[in-house]
This record gives sequence, C-alpha cells and structure tokens, in this order.
Amino acid sequence: MEPMILEYTVSADDFSGAGEASGDVKKTLKSLGFPPEVIRRVSVAMYEAEINMVIHARGGKITVEISPDEIRVCCEDVGPGIPDIDLAMQEGWSTASDKVRGLGFGAGMGLPNIKKYTDYLDIKTVVGQGTTLTMSVAV
Amino acid sequence: MKIREISQLLDAKLYTGEEMLDREVHNGFSCDLMSDVLAYAENEAVLLTGLVNPQVIRTAEMMDIVCLVFVRGKEPTEAMIKLAEERSIVIMSTDKRMFTSCGILHDAGLKSGDE
Repeated sequence: MEPMILEYTVSADDFSGAGEASGDVKKTLKSLGFPPEVIRRVSVAMYEAEINMVIHARGGKITVEISPDEIRVCCEDVGPGIPDIDLAMQEGWSTASDKVRGLGFGAGMGLPNIKKYTDYLDIKTVVGQGTTLTMSVAV
Repeated sequence: MKIREISQLLDAKLYTGEEMLDREVHNGFSCDLMSDVLAYAENEAVLLTGLVNPQVIRTAEMMDIVCLVFVRGKEPTEAMIKLAEERSIVIMSTDKRMFTSCGILHDAGLKSGDE
C-alpha cells in the first residue's frame, strides 16, 4: 500500500499559528484509527519540531508519510543550522531568546522530547544552510 | 475527579466546555513551561498554568489535556477561547494562586501522574 503523504508549509511570521500542522496530522491519524499513544507521540514530536522551525529557523516545510506500520515526519528548514548537535540534545540547553522563553518554550526540551517520543531520529544540519530532521514512530 | 468539581473547588469562571463538566480528569499537572508539559504531563489531565497564549491550547491539544485552569486571575483571549472550543478543551480561570489551587485539588483527592 502506498503511504499517504501530507505536506505543510510552516510560517515563521505567526507564532500563534505554530502547531496548526501538527494539529491537522493529529486529526488525520485519529480519523484513520491509529492507537491513541501512537497519535500522541507523533503529534508531540512534530509539534516540538514545528515550534523549533518557527523560533529558530524562520519556518520551513514538513512532509508526513503515513503507512499502516509507521508514521514518518520530515522537517526541512533553511535556518541557521545547529552548530553542536550533542549540546542541542542535552535537556535544558537552549539558545532561545527571552521572548521565546516568555511564551513557554525554549527551555531546552525540544530535541530531547522529540527523541523521547520517536523510535527513529536523524538530524542533518549545516551551519548557515539549514536543518533536516527526520523522525518516525512505529505503529 | 469531575471537571465540575474542579471548577467548584477553585471557584473558577468557565470560558468553554459547559457541556463537558461531567468529564473525568485522571490527574493534575501545573506548569508555566509548555516544553515541560510536553515532556511530563499524562493523558486526560487538568493543566494549571499562569501562562496565557494560544500555544497553551495547542500544547493541551497535543497532550490530550481535557481541562485548562488559568491561575492568579489570568484570562484567556478570544482567539484562545475559539481554539479551545474547536478542540473540545475546557477553559476556566481562578483568582487563586497556583500553589493554593494545586493544594486544594490535591486535598480533594486529585493526584499527580507520578504518585
């Protein structure tokens, strides 16, 4: 069976709109009858990635591939890149601005949360060019 | 604990979810940091927070949080109320502070997800 493909453009202009794509994926997975725990893991990981794209990378593109046995999410941005991935994966380490922290994010839990909720995570990043994050959750 | 009971115990003002007051919440979580909510909150929880912006509603949506309580008299914006209505999330606001609100709910039998 061919996977179902969903594509989203994440805009960095509107912080309040961040999460729109993840919410849509959550609704779609619900309507397809995936288990609640799988839906939650996918939507939380994707939401963290979406927030990251908005606060760090001026937005980007998200592609979601839905197969019966796996949900794969690919997030591509042309932002500043991540200079040190090991540091970025540490809980509590963050480069977010005070403004972002005031909004309840940027506490250095984004990437660790994504790792926690997914079965597979790959980060390709080039400083000054952008980051592509691929993650999947097995059903 | 039923959402109705939370609302009564905290003497809260209800903004959405009049028809959902008989729904059960299984545990409580209190936090102003949405990243921590995404890391630690449990299913079907009530979230008490002093943070007021649309991402609180979206965080609740992702975590299947059924009820939000804004503490210290903070009020949701129209945009937040609309988002919550569309997602069937109950919103209420209490004048009580965070620590007091948590204590009242805990005394009444509501537990944290890690207890």
